[in-house]
Amino acid sequence: MSNQQHARPEPVGGNLFNAATFVCGVLIAVLVAILFTRFLYGLGAVTHLNDGYPWGIWIVVDVVIGSAFACGGFSVALLVYIFNKGQYHPLVRPALLASLFGYTLAGAGVIFDLGRWWNVWHMFWPGYANPNSVMFEVAVCISAYIVVMWLEFSPVFFEKWGMRDARQKLNKVLFFLIALGTLLPMMHQSSLGSLLVVIGTQVHPLWQTPVVPLLYLLSAITIGYGIVLFESCVAASAYRTQIEVHLLEPLARIMLGVLAVFLIVRFGDLIVRGALGLAFTPTREAFVFWVETLCSAAPFLLIASKAARRNPARLFLAGLAIMLGGVFLRLNGFLIGYDTGPGWNYFPSSSELLVTCGMFAVEVLGYIIITRRFPVLPRVEAAH
Amino acid sequence: MANTDLIALERDERVSAAADRLSMSRREFLQFCAALAATLGLPQGADAAVAEAVATKKRPSVIWLHFQDCTGCTESMLRAEHPTLEKLILDVISLDYHETLFAAAGHQVEAARLKAMAENKGQYILVVEGSIPTRDNGIYCKVGGKTAVELTKECAADAAAVIAIGSCASWGGMPSTDPNPSGASGVAEVLGKPVVTIPGCPPNPYNFLSTVVHFLTFGKLPEVDELGRPKFAYSRLIHENCERRAHFDAGRFAMQFGDTGHRQGFCLYKLGCKGPETYANCSVIMFGDAGAGTWPVSCGHPCIGCTEKGVGFQKPIHSLATLKSVEPSVFLPRIVEEKGIGATVGAAALLAAVAGVAAGAGAMLTRNLGLSHQAEEAERAKQGKTRTSAEV
Repeated sequence: MSNQQHARPEPVGGNLFNAATFVCGVLIAVLVAILFTRFLYGLGAVTHLNDGYPWGIWIVVDVVIGSAFACGGFSVALLVYIFNKGQYHPLVRPALLASLFGYTLAGAGVIFDLGRWWNVWHMFWPGYANPNSVMFEVAVCISAYIVVMWLEFSPVFFEKWGMRDARQKLNKVLFFLIALGTLLPMMHQSSLGSLLVVIGTQVHPLWQTPVVPLLYLLSAITIGYGIVLFESCVAASAYRTQIEVHLLEPLARIMLGVLAVFLIVRFGDLIVRGALGLAFTPTREAFVFWVETLCSAAPFLLIASKAARRNPARLFLAGLAIMLGGVFLRLNGFLIGYDTGPGWNYFPSSSELLVTCGMFAVEVLGYIIITRRFPVLPRVEAAH
Repeated sequence: MANTDLIALERDERVSAAADRLSMSRREFLQFCAALAATLGLPQGADAAVAEAVATKKRPSVIWLHFQDCTGCTESMLRAEHPTLEKLILDVISLDYHETLFAAAGHQVEAARLKAMAENKGQYILVVEGSIPTRDNGIYCKVGGKTAVELTKECAADAAAVIAIGSCASWGGMPSTDPNPSGASGVAEVLGKPVVTIPGCPPNPYNFLSTVVHFLTFGKLPEVDELGRPKFAYSRLIHENCERRAHFDAGRFAMQFGDTGHRQGFCLYKLGCKGPETYANCSVIMFGDAGAGTWPVSCGHPCIGCTEKGVGFQKPIHSLATLKSVEPSVFLPRIVEEKGIGATVGAAALLAAVAGVAAGAGAMLTRNLGLSHQAEEAERAKQGKTRTSAEV
């Protein structure tokens, strides 16, 4: 466990009413209005989903990509608690907070997409649950992880409300929760990839492979670090605080290492399966494959040297590139490279897009409120 | 029981003689008898018994009375397309009185009826077609000066068996529809005792013929349900064996005559098909002898429930049947499944706008981060320089 002394986290403070929270509020109001229609009149009333594309952006973006974005907590916890790199401890709470919202909203997003959402409890009920299903694994794992994460994050609330006893009691079992909190995402992030194995040949060969669970897991870990870079830069410039470059620089190096492993597995698999040739055909799939690959490889150009890694602008761009690479990996596998037969097509409706925007607005608003009012971000030191 | 070995009938001259008499080949005759036995749901071996009975036994005398009817039952029997069926009907039974088919008329034919009744006393089969008016002492239907009630009672008194053919004779049928001005009733009601009923409008001729052949072969009428309907024909819902049943279970329904679902042969339940509450074997043995797939539901019209009292002629054709076995799912797929409408202008514009705002914000943020980094580096360089000069 971490034994080093760090700057104590403190609430940022400040006014909750500003342009950012207002925009978020408007987007959330739109989200609520659309969901009201959706739950009253059904999926067909607001989405462009059809029998060929039963999963649209609510699943692929809000759940699959949303939960990958929420891997910051997992990636940093992995580093701090499993590899015992205590110096990164100040990054844990903010990363966990982003994860908390990402996963909680992913769990909620699943319910929006369920045609018979009132049966959602069936998946936890022994008589109804199907333990042989990949979806079951994902559902149970994500639900368990959401609970674990709220418990992991609860010290923040206990500190704020001065609940010393609860804090101490929780501390005794926290190691177990943290261990579970690193195990569960490894299970379901890989299972999200297994879904593509199950979908089978309807997925384009560039994304349909037996190693896709490993790819999704590696990609989720890199996105976790990418999101920490992104979030630290955005938070620092929004709250006009110092960027913890001394932490982000070595973190970015670790990220590059995992990313290299990811790219080796990715291309090794394509070569072994003989699918790489498809990337050089004039198709839409080949085009998006290269967009995805360029995004994933960009960090090697942006932050290869130590000097480059000390530049927050480059760290921010590298984080963004990794996130985009992960976005395209998932979008390509689940939607763009997914062909269910002649005639079927899908493009999200405005309502679907607005709901997804609304979901991200909830995350941003939640992050702003909690960091301004609860001890999450490390206190700003004069200089490092 | 009679012979149960078809092979034993192989060289039986009586069988060949019966086949000749019916202008059938011997094989066709035996096939016909096997079909009748199968319709009756009789076990293996019964085909031989039926063949032997038809070939050798004395044809039962049949008195056929007509009351308030349209003669559809008789027509369906005679118009059957099977080449020799009409001959066979007339050969299997000895039709001693039938108002439609008799060449004779008036007192002459009434005398024939009385003669047949006297000769076959206690052995003839009485078939009644049409409902019997009971209001005002039954004056609304008279034949030869006698009311339908009187004639029924007179003929039933010495009959070996009474069969009510068609829905009208079974319970009153179409003439008994509200307000039922003539007090139309079924045979059982008038006689005050249960009779075998072959409801249908018209009934399937095979169901009648099978009943008669059963009587001929085994000397008794087939087992019947509480409404007097032979169980071999009326123990199952039409719905149970309907060829469109899979569509019902899958939730594919025709919603209007001529719509896509109707043209594709989907279930007719929503058009008011009464198959789910009507007991009859139409979906099994078809109707009209015109080959496979010829019965009302197959032709695209919902079943009107003509064999079921309280359904046929009572419920409107469009009204939904009361489901007696399974309920259809509440969630039904569409008949024409939409395959996706692609990108709308609004959605594409919205996505582009979101992407644009995100890209713009990202670019601004990168620029600011870069600028502050430059400033910091400059500061650091300056500090470094001062420190070096101080050290120096």
